[in-house]
Amino acid sequence: MIDLDQVRKVAHLARLELTPDEETQFTTQLGSILEYFEQLSELDTENVEPTTRAIDMSNVTRPDELEIFSGRENILDCAPEREDDYFKVPKIL
Amino acid sequence: MSTICELHKQLTSKERSAVEITQAYLSSLQTLEPKLHSFISLTEDKALHQAQQIDAKIAAGEEIGLLAGIPIALKDNLCTQGIRTTCGSKVLGNFIPPYESTVTQRLADVGAVFVGKTNLDEFAMGSSTENSAYHVTANPWNLETVPGGSSGGSAAAVAAEQCVVALGSDTGGSIRQPASFCGVVGLKPTYGLVSRYGLVAYASSLDQIGPLSYSVKDAAILLQAIAGHDPHDSTSLKVKIPDYLKSLRPSLNRRNQRRIGVIQETFGSGLDPVVEAAVKQAIEQLQELGAEIRVISCPQFRYGLPTYYIIAPSEASSNLARYDGVKYGLRSDDADLMSMYVKTRAEGFGAEVKRRIMIGSYALSAGYYDAYYLKAQKVRTLIKEDFEKAFSQVDVLVCPTSPTTAFRVGEKVNDPLSMYLSDLMTIPVNLAGLPAMSIPCGFDEGGLPIGLQLIGNALREDLLFEVAYAYEQATSWHERKPSL
Repeated sequence: MIDLDQVRKVAHLARLELTPDEETQFTTQLGSILEYFEQLSELDTENVEPTTRAIDMSNVTRPDELEIFSGRENILDCAPEREDDYFKVPKIL
Repeated sequence: MSTICELHKQLTSKERSAVEITQAYLSSLQTLEPKLHSFISLTEDKALHQAQQIDAKIAAGEEIGLLAGIPIALKDNLCTQGIRTTCGSKVLGNFIPPYESTVTQRLADVGAVFVGKTNLDEFAMGSSTENSAYHVTANPWNLETVPGGSSGGSAAAVAAEQCVVALGSDTGGSIRQPASFCGVVGLKPTYGLVSRYGLVAYASSLDQIGPLSYSVKDAAILLQAIAGHDPHDSTSLKVKIPDYLKSLRPSLNRRNQRRIGVIQETFGSGLDPVVEAAVKQAIEQLQELGAEIRVISCPQFRYGLPTYYIIAPSEASSNLARYDGVKYGLRSDDADLMSMYVKTRAEGFGAEVKRRIMIGSYALSAGYYDAYYLKAQKVRTLIKEDFEKAFSQVDVLVCPTSPTTAFRVGEKVNDPLSMYLSDLMTIPVNLAGLPAMSIPCGFDEGGLPIGLQLIGNALREDLLFEVAYAYEQATSWHERKPSL
């Protein structure tokens, strides 16, 4: 159902570095969880519309007006590494 | 147990000051904390400062609202400006929010006193509070058992009188299940009734903030203060908020007899016989109070659990992509960007969070989307339709909140599926966006509380309050206290 290779592939998609132990454990656990999901195939949903939100609402808009956020410094201070007014990250290229 | 109204009376009659009340709660909070570990952070200085402001208002002869000077605990996934908000995760261990959540702002505006931030399962993912990166919270009724989760810290704090009321959040049962395990009242409002602005996102189409309290009336007072439209949350509903206190009457409405539906599918295998007996007794009591009892079938109810464990992790895998070590939170230093991402997330997240990110990423990945995510969204429609049919026949639905009472610490940590099963009866409600409440309805042979779940149609919190209050007035379960 799900094998070690797929677990590694999904971990990469999710940007998670897993230890070999975690890889083995997740292969077993995700396998049984996915098997549990199989019961949904008992239901015929061919002509059923999907629900994306519980209470129907759509296209909530507001005027696109600039609002100044007063705690700009506090936002920058949250950064693990900051240089002046920038978030600093390791070299990309 | 003091209620909001009792403390309010003490304040307005000048029998006790807000500072005195706050100090009394802080002192019992600290005495109990080594046993319970309900909190991640205490905010004594802020609490005393807020209390002093209320005392100044009283001294100046100003009128104060019901929540003014009332000690409140906040689940630590609600952003509080300038106060560390960890979400029970290592990844947010040093996070000081630069802004305030709408709910905490509204409570501060009416003068509530914040005593601290309560423990939770990391990112609200769990049913026992054992997934917290900080510590395990004990159930005040039996320290060897879990308080439920994910709002386990808030539920334990209310049950142990470390605060008067608390806020929690509920994505699949995270307010109601711990309320049931700890013998308190817990309410998940209609999706969109309470703003989610400043609530750390887990599964955005399901998350909702709500009150935990000792009494039904306190829950109504707290909901009144936090409900209502907020332009900062695009899913927040623009509706008129009724006066919930008007629903609190000593008996059920007799002129318009209330019809209460018992969901028959919730009384199947896996239900603890003690829970079944207590819930059936509560249903008889509701009949004696004047309700007409009908048996209702919700055939898709049992598909709620697998549906939830596809939809919620899918949304979570997307929501939690933001923890990348760039803008806030933990960063594991490394030479290049990709290894910084993967190491930060490996170090910052616990096992359950990783597991759900993995499930969600898998369910959304190419080739599997139709089989899992789309299928789950379609089943979600069927579950909603079951509820719609039910509410064309009855006013309120009842069932157990959880199939068992509190389980032992460590009992289910290595078996995720069995842990997930404790939310079997709360999850369908979130999928349909409905309001639901857990109220105490008995105790098992070991003295652990049992919860009765009341489910209402969208925006019918008033009916939940009416039924819950009438039941509470006719019973004495809420008067029992844990011996600590």
